Amino acid sequence: MQELSLHILDVVENSLAAGAKLVTIEISENLEADLMTVVISDDGHGMSPSDAARATDPFVTSRTTRRVGLGLSLWQAHARAWDGDLELSSKPSLGTRVKAWFSLSHIDRQPLGDWPGTITGLIMTRPGVDFLYRHQVGEDEFELDSREIKAELGVEALTDAHVAAFLKDEISQALAALGSTA
Amino acid sequence: MAKLKISDLAKIKDRVHQDTSLREGGAQVKITVHMGTCGIASGARTILNTVMDALGETERTDIIVTTSGCAGLCSHEPMLTLERLGEEPIKYAKLDEAKARQIFMRHALEGEVQTDWALAKGTE
Ligand SMILES: Nc1ncnc2c1ncn2[C@@H]1O[C@H](COP(=O)(O)OP(=O)(O)OP(=O)(O)O)[C@@H](O)[C@H]1O
Ligand SMILES: [Mg+2]
Repeated sequence: MQELSLHILDVVENSLAAGAKLVTIEISENLEADLMTVVISDDGHGMSPSDAARATDPFVTSRTTRRVGLGLSLWQAHARAWDGDLELSSKPSLGTRVKAWFSLSHIDRQPLGDWPGTITGLIMTRPGVDFLYRHQVGEDEFELDSREIKAELGVEALTDAHVAAFLKDEISQALAALGSTA
Repeated sequence: MAKLKISDLAKIKDRVHQDTSLREGGAQVKITVHMGTCGIASGARTILNTVMDALGETERTDIIVTTSGCAGLCSHEPMLTLERLGEEPIKYAKLDEAKARQIFMRHALEGEVQTDWALAKGTE
């Protein structure tokens, strides 16, 4: 995994696998505190307290095809390597929240990477799931709610390749306007 | 707070309605890109974006692109499954951008299975 975007995508894949109908992705960059925070929350089926406590252990997985689960343990290992950590909270049948934070300026910190392509890909390929994306840089914030797009253009629009291209562009511009250094 | 400008969305509204009214015939081709940690780590996102871009360059409205969880074949990732209506789904393995683009152009658009990259039956 070479980009923060790929880690986020991977954590969101867990949410989708847990049957989430709404996935919220909050990214915040605080230059003053030299802190970057990424929070992904969902309303999927959640985990029991004991499963949640062990979920970042690579040898814990509900997979049947492989004995180790890698996504969360890898994300945590990276956050720790960049002077941060990962915190997971989950409630059975209510949902799960995965918060990672780390030093923005850490020399090894991965770049955000192709985030516009990543989030657009999620929205376009999962029209049955709602995505709320918030990105904060200092005092400035950008928000995209796929429910608003759905309400305005209809659910079919979410799977439209032309809408996807438009969204990707809007998000790139928003990141530039925010002055994201991620 | 900056928000996605709905007014800008409205600009492409007509286009969308044009597109989706054509789609009423139903999807003729379904492309599924396999995700999961192994898939993502080996390039599934790039494959997905390649397919989305290639689709955006056409006027086809009867092709849908979706994703699924891990296919359980980690060493074959990144993978996609292409299904044309009424035909057997074909799994393609160990993809890169160029292969994904060719599969889209030849198989999705023209119906020619790219046998060199298709995963042998039974590997599943
Ligand atoms: N959002 C979530 N909701 C419910 N359960 C989750 C969620 N995220 C993780 N889990 C549970 O934690 C386990 C570990 O997750 P992790 O991403 O580390 O590995 P995995 O998804 O099993 O496999 P991999 O990510 O390697 O494909 C999962 O198998 C699942 O049971
Ligand atoms: Mg996972």
